Amino acid sequence: MCKDKFRSKYKHQQHVALRRNMEKMSRVTTALGSNAISGRTMFCHLDAPANAISVCRDATQVVVAGRNIFKIYALEEEQFVEKLNLRVGRKPSLNFSCADVMWHQMEENLLATAATNGAVVTWNLGKPSRNKQDQLFTEHKRTVNKVCFHPTEVYMLLSGSQDGFMKCFDLRKKESVSTFSGQSESVRDVQFSMKDYFTFAASFENGNVQLWDIRRPDRYERMFTAHTGPVFCCDWHPDDRGWLATGGRDKMVKVWDMTTNRAKEIYCVQTIASVARVKWRPERKFHLATCSMMVDHNIYVWDIRRPFIPFATFEEHKDVTTGIVWRHQHDPHFLLSGSKDSTLYQHMFKDATRPVDKANPEGLCFGLLGDLAFAAKESLITSDANRKPFPGGDRRYPMFFFKKPDPTEQFAHVSSALSVFETDLDSHRMDWFVKTAQLYLLSGKPFAELCDHNAKVAQELKRPQVSTTWTMLRIMFSDPANLATPGPNHNLGKLGTLPLMNSFSLKDLGSGMGAESRLERSKGESRQDNIHLEPGNSYISNNEENEETEGSEGHPEYMFGDAELDDDDLYSMEHDNQTEEQEYTLPQEAFQLRHEIVDNPSAPEHLQQDKADSPHVSGNEAEVTCLTPIESFSLISISQPLFSPHLPASFFCPIVREMLSYYAEQGDVQMAVSVLIVLGDRIRKEIDDLTQEHWYMSYIDLLQRFELWNVSNEVIKLSTCSAITCLNQTSTTLHINCSNCKRPMSNKGWICDRCHQCASVCAVCHHVVKGLFVWCQGCSHGGHLEHMMNWLKSSAHCPAGCGHLCEYT
Amino acid sequence: MIICTSMDYPLRTQCQRVQKQVNGEKERLSLLVSRGSVDAVSQQMASHPQYLESFLRTQHYILHMDGPLPLPYRHYIAIMAAARHHCNYLVYLHSTHFLRVGGDPKWLQGLEAAPPRLRLLDHINKVLAHQPWLTACSHIQTLLKAGEQCWSLAELVQAVVILAHCHSLCSFVFGCDTDADFVPLSSKSPNGTPPTFCPFDAANGNTNVPQSHATPSEHITGRPSLDSSGDVMCLKERIQKSQEEREKQTLQQTDTEEEEEMICLADPSRFITDPDFCYQEFARKEEDHFQVFRVQDYSWEDHGFSLVNRLYSDIGHLLDDRFRSVATLSSLHSDDLKRAIWNYIHCVLGIRYDDYDYGEVNQLLERDLKLYVKAVACFPDSTKTPVCPLRWTPLKTSERIHINLLIMEARLQAELLYALRAITQYMIA
Repeated sequence: MCKDKFRSKYKHQQHVALRRNMEKMSRVTTALGSNAISGRTMFCHLDAPANAISVCRDATQVVVAGRNIFKIYALEEEQFVEKLNLRVGRKPSLNFSCADVMWHQMEENLLATAATNGAVVTWNLGKPSRNKQDQLFTEHKRTVNKVCFHPTEVYMLLSGSQDGFMKCFDLRKKESVSTFSGQSESVRDVQFSMKDYFTFAASFENGNVQLWDIRRPDRYERMFTAHTGPVFCCDWHPDDRGWLATGGRDKMVKVWDMTTNRAKEIYCVQTIASVARVKWRPERKFHLATCSMMVDHNIYVWDIRRPFIPFATFEEHKDVTTGIVWRHQHDPHFLLSGSKDSTLYQHMFKDATRPVDKANPEGLCFGLLGDLAFAAKESLITSDANRKPFPGGDRRYPMFFFKKPDPTEQFAHVSSALSVFETDLDSHRMDWFVKTAQLYLLSGKPFAELCDHNAKVAQELKRPQVSTTWTMLRIMFSDPANLATPGPNHNLGKLGTLPLMNSFSLKDLGSGMGAESRLERSKGESRQDNIHLEPGNSYISNNEENEETEGSEGHPEYMFGDAELDDDDLYSMEHDNQTEEQEYTLPQEAFQLRHEIVDNPSAPEHLQQDKADSPHVSGNEAEVTCLTPIESFSLISISQPLFSPHLPASFFCPIVREMLSYYAEQGDVQMAVSVLIVLGDRIRKEIDDLTQEHWYMSYIDLLQRFELWNVSNEVIKLSTCSAITCLNQTSTTLHINCSNCKRPMSNKGWICDRCHQCASVCAVCHHVVKGLFVWCQGCSHGGHLEHMMNWLKSSAHCPAGCGHLCEYT
Repeated sequence: MIICTSMDYPLRTQCQRVQKQVNGEKERLSLLVSRGSVDAVSQQMASHPQYLESFLRTQHYILHMDGPLPLPYRHYIAIMAAARHHCNYLVYLHSTHFLRVGGDPKWLQGLEAAPPRLRLLDHINKVLAHQPWLTACSHIQTLLKAGEQCWSLAELVQAVVILAHCHSLCSFVFGCDTDADFVPLSSKSPNGTPPTFCPFDAANGNTNVPQSHATPSEHITGRPSLDSSGDVMCLKERIQKSQEEREKQTLQQTDTEEEEEMICLADPSRFITDPDFCYQEFARKEEDHFQVFRVQDYSWEDHGFSLVNRLYSDIGHLLDDRFRSVATLSSLHSDDLKRAIWNYIHCVLGIRYDDYDYGEVNQLLERDLKLYVKAVACFPDSTKTPVCPLRWTPLKTSERIHINLLIMEARLQAELLYALRAITQYMIA
């Protein structure tokens, strides 16, 4: 029994295969009422490239038109047979050079062509003479891109031209009956609506599509922008009254629902090249065929509900396809196409390539929080359903999605299984990232405090290495003066007695100075002396008090005395520092860089002179520069770098740079960027701009994925890369329309180019607002920011007198 | 309540600024020129600010922004292109740019010193500059033929765009007589800004880019800016000091700079071969196998744009913008006259429009205008052609410049069409 069943199934399959073969060998016959169309995939060589093709209503003949060709071919079962050459005469005029051709769908002897020289020509095949030319209209000044017969009206012909005009001809008259102006924008396509007797659509080079009523040539009924760049083609849906498909140079095919008040885009297909033609497939509501004007030679048939992969492709042509047409308006199986490669093809739908068969229906994606989702064909998943989940106890959720099967959709249905793997390894979780991003402080406090804070944050998140890094950074780069090291600190005690302002200034400076972690008591005292002296100093007194200068110069002496206790500090003196440098063979720039970190701009110059001149002179010089309004810092900051008892901060720069690269490579770009921002100028010059930009970009990208918009914006603001800082200035343009003529204001914000009226007038002072303009969203009156603020302080009503109760918050 | 700043588009202000400068007094203008803050070409174009904007945008994009070619290559290609027309001004300009972006100074000794890949471009440079209709599929094939020195399609397209841009710019420079006035600035502008620097940068729309010359001391001493020093006195002093320093440095530098200048200023013909190759009448005889180029079969809007944009992203939109803005320039010319000039240039370069009656050219263009247009379009070489005077009384300066812009754009499009058609043919074959 079972065996029998199997056999019958096998037999059935065999039968199907056989039938398929037979079909391929013979031909398909489709019965359409009384007419029967049959044929196979076939082609014929033309003498010249084709620009357009069109079929007659009974689908037995096709006309091919191009620059050097204008012929009618009969569609026989096995081949194309040339029936008629319409190019007659010894010296063919440009009137024969066709950009477009259309065969009338009611009157089978009637054809129209659009000539590249701007002529619109009609042809009557019923004429007894060899020359079948009927009418010649030379009203267009430029190339005519498109001609279109009315679907039901015998004598009505429409043309669209490069000169920006559309003309409607009554073939019984010698001239056009009406002209529609596209405002000197070139018309690329015109199409009569299939269902609305009076309506036609026109597509333009600037991306607009207009709908016109044939009875009203003065103004279009509606207009909308369909594409960026030219709209090369449009096509009304043969059955659905409201649907219009458009194709443009921007590689898009869009389907618009025109029944609503505003044209609504309901489907969009992105192709790989500019779309030259689009044609709805008969009897298939959601199918349309497209071909391209450039680069891509294939013809695609799309199911617009499946915009990512073509439903079928025809790959026969060797050059761009210029014309496509479905052979019969009720038969979806035959497609005719003409091409620049001088061939005319009839494509059978069953011979088309189906890209979906070759497609790989598998997908893999990482989630933000380290999860992994994997979708594959159900069969594949179920087959290995017994396999153990990943080691490590990962959970697995197989999920199955079933699309509601749509009988009209002919796509092969693939049911996929989606598996989500969650990670519970701590190293893969991203919680720390979010918390760190939110809790880190990047600015607004002195350097050391920032470091401490961030170290604490890292510590709390159980990231000891990061925490230690922050602490070390603080030690390397911060100034002893504001070190908040735990334990007793003389220096802090001393500083506490200083006037508030001075301690502040020290802190500010401190962040800029290289520092040692310890500071001698004696030094603290001497500094205090300096500070106490300074506030009363005038220029002269300072000069007179050379002794004091000496005192500040005398730091090393104090130091020396004290430093004897501490060997480490020996090299910290000015003179020693230089010798140390030579001994350690530090690179020369390291020495200079040390001074860059100092907040005082004049320091380096002094130092350079220092080298040349005697120390005494330098001391004087230092004093002179200190005679600036904020004496107290400058004096200290000068003396400090000259004699500060510690390694130059720049000494650490190479290490820090390496450290940053290490973190970035480890994937912790957050650390790299945070340190970069906190260290600021201390490290920025050490790392090349591109790397910095790369880090910033990666971090900002991550932040935005986690929807940490505020943090991301802060990072953007604090970054010093020009490419980054400009990120939050994109699309900050505000477009305004003139309040008089309602046109967009292009040039200036306050005066309209068109009506030459001042558009934005202050409701309070009645003058033009040229700067900040503030207006009420309720009544849309407004004016100068200041005036409005003042007005609304005293009054609750709108200054324009409209009676609206405006609010200013 | 919404607060809105009536922000002026930064670039537009830039253009307006340039325009104002042009409209300003002559003394001030010459001062600006000598300081090199406004490029001479931009100055000329400034009477048409909308156009200037799209021009600078394109130029900045092809020379400085993302693209397959390395920066020194781009400038070297520009030098090669300008050398075809002996345009000293552009050769000098791009030579300095070339050195600034780190090009090998040896290359400036001549084409022989350049890498073979660039030498390969010489032929297409020659053909495009003088007889673009000779551009053939085979040239493209030679360049793209696999080998060590081969070009990629994307690189080639960028090179072609640069070539066409510079050839046509030569026409403009010649037409506006900029080259004749050109005296290379013996010393760089005081703040070290290269000539033509600002407009290019601004054209990018990135005016918030900290302009590198804003703080000169930084660059020269190579130290970073010192933060949080609001002290005016200090600042002043700092500037003074750094200026002194810089003077010292410039003293040392002048020698090398002079040398470089010498290199930049030498005869441009060393960048080209076959200097006698020049424009010939595009004759349409029966025996002539060069087919007329029919715009209806290969147009910028339908074909050129798609191809160039595919191989060198965004350039299509920028060029499109240029062609559109030159066509819509508000000048006193009627559309017919514009079209006549445009089609006439395309006609002498072998491109025909099916839908144009060429009799109109003779009706609309007077004889000396025709001569002028042809000279500027086909022989923009001041060493060979005497500068053709176009001194009609009724023409305003801005109109003369408009004509030159039309010539430049028409020529640019013609060269691009020929080159892109050849590339299309190559791709199909």
